[in-house]
Amino acid sequence: MSLATSSEQPALDVDDLHVTFGNPRRGSLIRAVDGVSFSVRRGEIFGVIGESGSGKSTLGRCLVGLLSPSGGGVLHDGIDPFKFSRRELNRHRRKYQIVSQDPNAAFDPRMTILQSICEPLNIAGEGTKAERREKAFAMLDRVSLSAEMANRYPHEISGGQKQRANIARALMLDPNVIVCDEVVAALDVSIQADMLNLFARLQEQFGLTYVFISHDLRVVSHISDRVAVMYFGKIVEVGPAHAVIETPLHPYTEALRSAEPEIDPTAADTRQRIILQGEIPSAIAPPSGCRFHTRCPRMRDICRAQEPQQREMLPGRHVACHFAEEMLGEKERRSLDLSERNGARQGAAAQGADMM
Amino acid sequence: MQQLAETTVASQDALLDIQNLTLSLRDQSGWVEVLNNVSLSVKPKEILGVVGESGCGKSMTALSILRLLPPRDSRLGGKILFGGQNLVSCSESQMNRIRGRHISMIFQEPMSALDPVFTVGYQIEETLQRHFKLSRREAAERAIAALDSVGIASPRHVATLYPMNLSGGMRQRVMIAMALVCEPRLLIADEPTTALDVTIQAQIMDLLLGLADRTGTAIMFITHNLGLVAQSCHRMVTMYAGQVVEGGPVRDVIAGPRHPYTAGLLHSIPDSNRARGTLPSIAGRVPSLRHMPKGCRFGPRCSYSTQPCELPQSIENEGMEDIDRREVRCNRWEELALRGVGA
Repeated sequence: MSLATSSEQPALDVDDLHVTFGNPRRGSLIRAVDGVSFSVRRGEIFGVIGESGSGKSTLGRCLVGLLSPSGGGVLHDGIDPFKFSRRELNRHRRKYQIVSQDPNAAFDPRMTILQSICEPLNIAGEGTKAERREKAFAMLDRVSLSAEMANRYPHEISGGQKQRANIARALMLDPNVIVCDEVVAALDVSIQADMLNLFARLQEQFGLTYVFISHDLRVVSHISDRVAVMYFGKIVEVGPAHAVIETPLHPYTEALRSAEPEIDPTAADTRQRIILQGEIPSAIAPPSGCRFHTRCPRMRDICRAQEPQQREMLPGRHVACHFAEEMLGEKERRSLDLSERNGARQGAAAQGADMM
Repeated sequence: MQQLAETTVASQDALLDIQNLTLSLRDQSGWVEVLNNVSLSVKPKEILGVVGESGCGKSMTALSILRLLPPRDSRLGGKILFGGQNLVSCSESQMNRIRGRHISMIFQEPMSALDPVFTVGYQIEETLQRHFKLSRREAAERAIAALDSVGIASPRHVATLYPMNLSGGMRQRVMIAMALVCEPRLLIADEPTTALDVTIQAQIMDLLLGLADRTGTAIMFITHNLGLVAQSCHRMVTMYAGQVVEGGPVRDVIAGPRHPYTAGLLHSIPDSNRARGTLPSIAGRVPSLRHMPKGCRFGPRCSYSTQPCELPQSIENEGMEDIDRREVRCNRWEELALRGVGA
């Protein structure tokens, strides 16, 4: 959150972004990302939550210039990378890295870890061979991998170690922005915790900007400053991480929150469970009106006919739902009830601050 | 003597009673022990959670129960008592009468568990016809009823589809229908929702627990997700490196874990109620099967490890009543008094 250093220019500025696949004439047009807007400040961790098919990975790939938008655009520090020639784009893209989910697929099985990590520099033609090696060892150290790992092959190290090496490689070109696409999904919980700590530490050390994409609400809300919730190619809710998770103002966010199994048995007792019916609809024939209406527990007639507009419900919190005001009212009443019940014991002030 | 008496009591009312199960597997470099003295039990209608990281032996325990391991390259020791029968010494034809009829299993990846070249309906009929004397037509009707019971909208149509025509959530529903169609007494569910989205996971868990409750099926629920265990299980055991390290009623274990590994698992999960900051994590990794530590297997990763931990740890039991019995494989549990979640 340490911005305001050089300029107010956001690191990423996404404006009405559309990414489509397929052929409209054959009736197979898929709008994977359908009108998404947000901006990410320098040094910020921006989380994107969504289920499979929500378009979050397509968004991530477009943010780093691996996919071209079909409408709208992405600005990198105020610059439009898609205006560049192929050559210029390739050069520019070095500062915008992506780390993907499966560390096993991210390494060439015939190259040692050191060779793989040096590869970005080889391609960029930066430094002498010795300098590249030196930098690679420095990066391995930063991600807490011992130097002896450098000469191993991918099959000789564990999944967690591979994911660390994957991150080290992304850091080799001193990126401004790293898109992390489900980086901890394939890892065991204890290693996942380690990895999240590593991401937080690297962010401080290098002043990085992250876009953290995950289906896991806990993971995203733990690491992010702000989060966006995606459903079927659109952002349904965006705001400060803690506020979005604690007091969701979109029925989908609320359902996601409730679907997350609660470990603390006392908290589980007091919580209402929402089990969504149905599955994510077909991408080729999206539902009319609000795209969530086929599964929404609050669905009414207007939802089928009219697409809800995104509006600012609380400072910094944008929601696209016809009944966001209604939900906000409910939440306010509930938190008032709660703070009355709790008395002055605790939380009254904190709850109030949350709602602001 | 007391130990003996206790075992007989347990085996009388337990549906599944595993006693000192060991499993060795053979690969190119020889035999290696995968499970070491695993003892656990599942009572009728009970839901038992089995947790642990990958490689700790959860799935191997499940495969041992159903004897789905290659007979030439695996060696089982100890007892697996199911309804008074010891599955370890059962013949293949005896096992065939048990699999799918009295014990069935749901796997993590439904696509690889379903046969891609047969329709979903046919695959359920096949299970039925193997175990019951039914005509083709009767079996087909029961298969459709089974698909209907797992909340599939047009079961008659879906029965004619192939697995590739279905989404992940639908496939897992089909797997559940197939597993429960013979109303088994025990269902082994091995990470049944790991490949699914959270909202679909909630649907499937709801369905699974509802159906099991109706048919009176007990569930051995294998998962790495402690949240799911907290939400759905009566008792749980934690496994680490081929051993059971802790067991007890879910609420008690979560509120006050006794083994540092269980505590580590509990605390390494990000919690939105807790302040952001460094997450407690478990250093190191699961030891290799061929280089198990001599003493406590968790010792090298444990922050509480001391001299006595270098000796092999035995299971300590507490609470004679089955219902609130707790067990732990750690010599320091009393002095550590580890913190849990909630309470």
